[in-house]
This record gives sequence, structure tokens and C-alpha cells, in this order.
Amino acid sequence: MPDVQSTVVEFVNKLRKRKIEGSQATAKCTVELLRSVISHQRVPHANQAAALIDAVKAVGEQLVAANPVELAVGNVVRRVLHIIREEDLSLTTAAMGGLDLLDASDDDDVDNCKGIGYPAMSAAVVAAAARSTLRPPSLQTLLEGTPESATVPYTSSSGADSESKTADKSSLTRKLKHDVIEGVNQLIHEIAGCHEQIAEQAIEHIHQNEVILTLGSSRTVLEFLCAAKEKKRSFRVFVAEGAPRYQGHLLAKELVARGLQTTVITDSAVFAMISRVNMVIIGAHAVMANGGVIGPVGVNMAALAAQKHAVPFVVLAGSHKLCPLYPHNPEVLLNELRSPSELLDFGEFSDCLDFGAGSGSLQVVNPTFDYVPPNLVSLFITDTGGHNPSYMYRLIADYYSADDLVM
Amino acid sequence: MASRKKRAAKISEDSEEEQSRRQRLQAILLADSFATKLLPLTLERPNVLLPLVNVPMIDYTLAWLESAGIEEVFVFCSMQVIDYLNNSDWYSHKDFTVKTIESPQNSTSAGDALRYIYEQQIETSQIQGDFVLVNGCIVSNMPLTQLIQEHRDRKKKDEKAIMTMVIRQSLITDHQLFIAVNPLTKQLLYYDEDNICFDKSLLDRNPSVLLCSDMQDCYIDICSLEVLSLFVDNFDYQHMRCDFVEGVLADDIIGYKIFTHEISSCYASRIENFRSYDMVSKDIIQRRTFPYVPDMKFSGNRTLKLERQGIYKASDATQLPSAHVGASYVIGHATNIGSGTKILNSVIGNGCSIGSNVVIQGSYIWNNVTVEDGCEIRNAIVCDEVKVCAGAIVKPGVVLSFKVVVGRDFVVPAYSQVSLLRQPMEEDSDEENLLSGVDLQMESKLGLDGAGYIWRQACEDEWKHSVPPIPKDKLAEIIKAIDDDDTDDESVVTTSGDANTSINNDLFDFEREVDGTFLRAVEENIVADLAVLEINSLRLSYNMESAHCAGAIFYSMMKLAVSTPHSSINDLYRNASSIITRWKGLLGFYVKKSDEQIEVISRLEEMCEESAHELGTLFAHILRYMYEEENDLLQEVAILRWSDEKAGADESDKVYLKQCEPFITWLKETSDDEDG
Repeated sequence: MPDVQSTVVEFVNKLRKRKIEGSQATAKCTVELLRSVISHQRVPHANQAAALIDAVKAVGEQLVAANPVELAVGNVVRRVLHIIREEDLSLTTAAMGGLDLLDASDDDDVDNCKGIGYPAMSAAVVAAAARSTLRPPSLQTLLEGTPESATVPYTSSSGADSESKTADKSSLTRKLKHDVIEGVNQLIHEIAGCHEQIAEQAIEHIHQNEVILTLGSSRTVLEFLCAAKEKKRSFRVFVAEGAPRYQGHLLAKELVARGLQTTVITDSAVFAMISRVNMVIIGAHAVMANGGVIGPVGVNMAALAAQKHAVPFVVLAGSHKLCPLYPHNPEVLLNELRSPSELLDFGEFSDCLDFGAGSGSLQVVNPTFDYVPPNLVSLFITDTGGHNPSYMYRLIADYYSADDLVM
Repeated sequence: MASRKKRAAKISEDSEEEQSRRQRLQAILLADSFATKLLPLTLERPNVLLPLVNVPMIDYTLAWLESAGIEEVFVFCSMQVIDYLNNSDWYSHKDFTVKTIESPQNSTSAGDALRYIYEQQIETSQIQGDFVLVNGCIVSNMPLTQLIQEHRDRKKKDEKAIMTMVIRQSLITDHQLFIAVNPLTKQLLYYDEDNICFDKSLLDRNPSVLLCSDMQDCYIDICSLEVLSLFVDNFDYQHMRCDFVEGVLADDIIGYKIFTHEISSCYASRIENFRSYDMVSKDIIQRRTFPYVPDMKFSGNRTLKLERQGIYKASDATQLPSAHVGASYVIGHATNIGSGTKILNSVIGNGCSIGSNVVIQGSYIWNNVTVEDGCEIRNAIVCDEVKVCAGAIVKPGVVLSFKVVVGRDFVVPAYSQVSLLRQPMEEDSDEENLLSGVDLQMESKLGLDGAGYIWRQACEDEWKHSVPPIPKDKLAEIIKAIDDDDTDDESVVTTSGDANTSINNDLFDFEREVDGTFLRAVEENIVADLAVLEINSLRLSYNMESAHCAGAIFYSMMKLAVSTPHSSINDLYRNASSIITRWKGLLGFYVKKSDEQIEVISRLEEMCEESAHELGTLFAHILRYMYEEENDLLQEVAILRWSDEKAGADESDKVYLKQCEPFITWLKETSDDEDG
């Protein structure tokens, strides 16, 4: 337990200092941390799910507070909570189903029968089954292929650890925790593989001789474009440089290294170039519940330009970027103002930035993100396929439980 | 142990590299207040614990060191700071160890501190190699790992490179610092905080020297262990800069070298007086120090929420809707603000209560301060638990130290410093003495119900170091003074005290430079226009009038004519006339007015006197040539004025006037004719 606490503190520090950048890396670190929290959490005899939920929530609150602008942290915490709830539910329903003749009030009995009743069934299958019995089947649940998830390796080191430690505990405890860890492992797998999942769909969206515009730098976009290239599609990419951090330059370098025809333009030239563009592809920082997108600064301008010229505006987002909150929620911190020295060197404008001018001095504002309203987005491509902005609420209902929205 | 390690490492290059990789990144933070610039506040609290935008300064420094990749920091500080650190969470970091070194009673300067650290070093050898020396309260966000690596690489190549100093560009007016750097190697050649005065041999040794007066020293140094031992060897070194750096630079026997590193996109600044306190606070509010800004949690601080217009507000602060708050304003936790209050450009700490109809502008109000109704506080620093009674006015530049009470309707005069403690009579008398010496007869200089002493002004240029913006007239004075300095700078000779001689020196230097430029122009056969540009830049840098230029150019031209080999007077005349024709564009540029033309004539006269045997006979001819052949150069009016001026002179002076009498009479006649 103490070492978990110290890793939590360490991770919180990293988040605070903004040392982890990018939502995928953050999501991955968060979910791995939560897995170790769960595996080290001692669960009481009764009401195990609640204990796990409390533990995860306690850690999750710290993490969210450490970097409120990185919404992926909160998303992953909510996903893990959802997994715990689902597993709990599936165990209970299964037990109910198996024991409809017996008096189900006795915990030990439930354990035993449970252990006997479903010895070979994987947790993921149970979860999927529970989901399909409790809810009308959605496209999401259909796409989330159960056979694939059933093949998830059964051996997680931490899971095995906890199993051996708690071997003497009641088997239901073990079963729940084990199933949860199984589910979390699946989540880790999903986050790690989201780039490939999204990139696989590239061939359906990018066609021969098209011109693609992108802004800023996103690993998802890079993989997406390269996947299309690998399939022998030939197309051109315009990269808006993404001032003031100029991450577009890095993306352009990568693209050229992989043999794509690339052109770098300034952000202000987006409107001038948009008439030649067939599709705008953007990597999101986060996708809100209403289908609005938070992306690198300048994205809204590109989206408006795309709308003006009826160019499809496509947003790539791994499922960990889906945020169940609405952008007008006062708890959501949408933006972060970075140092003005990214815009202006200190020396250049020091005379008007400094004390000399008093209250009339120059203010420099350097926001990191931009918000694109849902009506400007044509299509979301997530690791589960393409979706309309209006469909986001449905995906979110599949991934999160309503109890966890406010943490 | 470190030296033994080094010796072992020399045996094989590989192991040395490995060692430097394994070497922990260490830093020494001198957190004791040796400076007296923040008095009277530092009598009661060490300067690193003073709040800067509601967070103790040491937290900014430690947070920066931690995220810059430093693994171990030694904080040299007083007991009060150690207590603070014990209660903070700085010890809980996994990859960042904070170790405190309590400062002994007798240490009064950075030099003493470093010597003390060295003594400990002998026993424990805790400092393994190169370290970062941070002198005082630094707010920064610059990365350090790469800089340390650069320093190590340089050290490997050159054993004598013992220190790398971080500098950044800043305003000229903040302070006066002159440094000279070799622009190629970045080696520091000269460092002075007051005036510029260096040896010419510096220029001989270095082919190019970059002289800057707009650099600010960040007081962040990457040092090798030799720095510590140098302090021990020279036990009279007190200050890091005026003793150590200047000492190292002046001493060319050992030949230690200091290098500089200029930062531009990241931030680093040191708080040494109230002015820099004000500037750094504003930089923090403007987010230059990102990620160390009030809405981020970087240490034990509670985060504030950033609202529009750069207003940072705590969630539990209450502010009546009728209160007017302007841009760039920070308000701390559990603070109340009354109705009709105006707050602009200020920082308000935690737990304060501000009454109604108060005006606070450009001020720093610390924690638990009470400001009653109708007060006015402008450009002041108000410390913890101060009470400002109703109707009092605090003028610009005032510092109210801890727990001072300003009486009802009292006006605190501008630039005064108020403390509950009496002003120490001598700088070195310590706090204990003061406390015991307080006789309880309180001179209530702060109104009827006030408490505190107004300190005597320490120095006259108080306005230079305190919070309010520098008054316009003073600013103009400074800029003027700097401009004057600049003209001296270029001359690169030791400036002598007497103003008159310095002008003469300047003139002499200027003429020499013009001569050089002209000869080069002739040699390289430059177009006259380009030569004009060059001479113009010289003129600007020496602040000369165009008459001086004309004189100097003409002098050079004639000198060239005389020095060109010639067999007879006629040859000389031909030389002179051809040079004049060739360069009339250059000379013509400066002889547009008759004053300038007269200057040229008198220069010609001077030269003729100097080389009487040759040029003397040609005076009238050259004059005539410049009038007739190149009729732009000298105009009738000028020649006539010259002759009029000369008419009253001594007989001996009239030699040349007589020589050209026929020419002048002719001139007079023609002008009369025209008039007629």
C-alpha cells in the first residue's frame, strides 16, 4: 500500500508540472496506476465493489485536480469505475440467475454457487452478456466484438499477485477483483491500440489524389495518414504549422520522412488554401458529450473555413478522449494559458511588458486549446468506427455510468 | 573523495563518461538573506519566505529546481527556513532530495556560506562534481540538464572553464551592468556593476569583444568544485559577483575562465529589491513563469482560479458586486472585499478584509491585512497583519512591515518604510539587540492609534529600488546618463574624470577613426555614398556635429595628398585637386552650410601652417579650386565671412589671408557687380 501511495504522489506531481504531454500517454499512465491501486486494495468481505469504487475515486480525484485541463485523466478514471460497476452487476445477476431456487441472501452461498456455476467463463464475456441483457443492444456493443475480448490474455502480473495474496479470502472477492483487473487490462490494451484501430479505417476515408489539411501535431493523424500511404494511396497533405508551438513543423518532418507529399502553410493561410482541400483531418485533445471538440489552438478557424467551403471536417479521437461532461459545465476547465514567451521573446518587447508603462502595459495571451462546436464537425473516427457528432451521447452512455459523472 | 574518483577516472575515458552520467545533478541554494535591500521586512522574516503572489519565494525556486531535473539540493538557510521546510511537503519527493545546511551565526555573505559548505564538504564530500549555484530567491522556468551537460563538456575540453553564468536580456534602466563577452566562445571577459573601465590589453588578447549594457545577471551559475576551493583560498571574497567573478577575471595567472549562457525564451529573474519584487510579481501574473503561476499547484500552494482579464480569484473569496476590480489582479482565500472598492493591478493575500470605498492600485497586500473604509493605497507593500485604519492614505513606494498599524486619516509619506522595530543604527547590529533596546515609549508617528516607526531614508535614490514606476523625469535622467555613457563606451579608453578632456579625447579619437575609414575607402575604392554612411555612423556614435566631420574628412584628404609621392609643388596641387574631385561627394555631404565651409577653410589653414613649406604656397590655389572647379564645395559667402573674421586677427595669422587677397577682392567685386 505505501508504495502505491508514493507512485500516486509521484504521478500527481508529474501531472501538475505538466511533464506528461499528450492525452494518450496520460491515459495510459493513469490506467496503469489505477490497476495497481485496485490490485493493492484490500477488499472487505461485504460490499467489495463499493470499496473498490471508493479507492479508485479517492485516487481519481487527486489525479483530476492535479491537471484539470487534461480531460483524459478523468475519462479513464470514470471508465475504470464503470468497469467495476459492470463487473459487480454481472456477478450479481449471474448469481441471481444461478440461484433462483435458493435463498440468495447468504453471501457464502452466493460465493460457492457462483464459483461452481461459471468457472470457465471469462469476465469480459460475462460483462458483455450482462450489458446485452440489461440494455437494448447498441451499435457500440455490437462492434465491440466479444470473441476478440475473450482472447485477452488471462495473466496479468498484478492480477496474479493479488490472487495469490487473497487466496484464502472468499472466492467472490477474488472473482470480482480479478474480473475488474481483467477489464482494466482490456482497457489498457484498447488505449495502447487505439492508433492502429483508427488507422485501419484510413483507407475508407482517404482517396486517390486527394488533398488533406491538418493543423498542429497529433500522433493519431500521423498514423492515419501513413496507413493510407501504405495502402498505395497517393495524396497530398497540407500542414498548418500550429503557432506558437509550431508542432506542425514536427508533423511535417515526420510525414516527409515517411514519403508523403507535404506542404507547410501558416495558420493564417488556412482560409486561402481551403478551396483546394478535399478533407480536413484533426486530432482532438478531447471530445465533449455534446460532440464539441477541444483541439489545438486555431482549430476552430480551420473548422469554420471548412464549413464555408463545404469541406468535410473529420476528427480522430481514441475512445479515452470521449469526455462525458458538457463544455458549459463550470467544473470543466477548457483551456490553459501558457507563457507569453512562446509568442514574444522577453528582450523584444521588454519595454512595453514591464513596469515602465504601468497599467497600460501590453498583455499577451497564449491559450493552448480551441473549442469547435459540434455543428462544424462532419465525422468522428474513433477506434470503434465512424460516428456523427449527434451520436456521441450514445457512445458515452456505453462507456460511462451516470453515477460517476460528478466525481 | 571526489578528487580520488577523478584520478581513477582519468585512467580510462569510458569510466569517466559513465561517472558523469551517474553523477547526481546537484544544486546549492543560498537562501540566507545577506542583502539589505529588502529591509525592514527581512529583520523579521528571511527573504526567501516572503510571499510572492501569495506563495513563499523559496517554493518557486525549489519547484523550478525539481522540475529542471535537479536531484539533490542543499539549502543554506537560517533556522526559520528550516522550520518552514519541515512543515512543507518538499521532503516527500522521491527523486528530489532537499537537505538543509543551517547557516552559522557568523556568516554574513555568500562567501562565508560557500566556505562553510566547503568545510562540510571535506568531511562528507556530499557534492560530487559540478553543481548549480543559485544565489537567493530566483523565479525561473529554464531547463538545466542540457546546460549542465554543456558545462561538463566544456570542462572536459578545457580544465580552466570552471563556471557558466546565466544571463538574459533586459531593460537598460533596471540596473547598470556592463559585461564584455567573446561572441564566439561566449567567454566572459569583463563584468562590472557600476561603471565601465577596462584595460586595453583585453582588446589585444581578443579579436572580437561584445560589450553589452542591456544584460541582466540571473544569479544562476553552473560551477565546478574549483569554485568552492577558490572561495577558501581567497578568504576575503565576500560576494559572488563583485569579489569572485571580478577576481577570477582580473587574475590571469591561474587563468580560470567563466562562460556565459544567454537565455531568451525561458524565464529567470532574481528578487533583490522592491522593484524586482514588483516586476517578478507582474511577470508571474502575466504567466511568464509558466507553469509556476497562481492557478497551478506547484508546491504547497492552494490554487486560484483564472478568470477573464488575468484576474486570479480564490473560490472562497467574497467580493461585493459593486466593487470594481481591474485587470491583473490576484485575490487570495477567505478574503472579503467591500462595496465601492476599486482594485487595480494588485495582489491581495489570504484572509484579508478590505472595507468599502477603498482604492488599491499597484500594491501588494499580504495575508490577514485589515484595510478599513475609505483608505487609499498606491504602489505599496503591506505585510502580514497590518491594519490600515479608516481614511488613511498610503503614498507610493511605502513599505509597511509586519503588524504595523496606520492611524485614522494618517498620510504615510511617499517612499517611507515603516516597521514595529526601530531602525538599526549600524548595519551589522543584529535583531536581538534591537528587541532588547526597545523602550516602550512608542513614538506614535503613524497617527493617534497607530503603531510603528518610520525609518530614516537609507539612500537618496530610493525611487530606483521601490515598487512604483520610476517617475518620468527620473527616467529621462537615467536614459540621458546612459546615453552619455554610451558615447564613452565606444571610445574604449579609460574615461578620465574631467569632462573637457574627455571631449577632446573624443574628438581626437573621432578624427583618427574618420581618417582610417577614409583611407580604407580610398584603398578599396568605395563609392562616396557608402563612405558617407560609414562616416555618419561614426558621427552618431561619437555624437559629433557635421562641421567636425567636414573638418576631419578634409584633413584626411589633404593628408593623403601630402603623403602621396610628388616631385614638385605642381604635382602636389594636382594630387590635391584630383582627390578633392574624386571625393567631393563625401565632403560635399558635410559642407552644406557656411559654418561647415568655414571649418574646412580653417582646417586648410591649420594644415598649411603645419606643413608650411609645401602646402602653404598652395593655400589660395586649393581654395580657388574648391570654389571654381567644384563650385558646390565652398561658396562665396563662406569665403567672404572667413576673410571678414580673419581681418581683425593678428598679423601673423593673416599670412594666408594675404596670400589669397587677389582672389577675395575678385570675389567681392563680382558680388558687387551682381548687386549692381
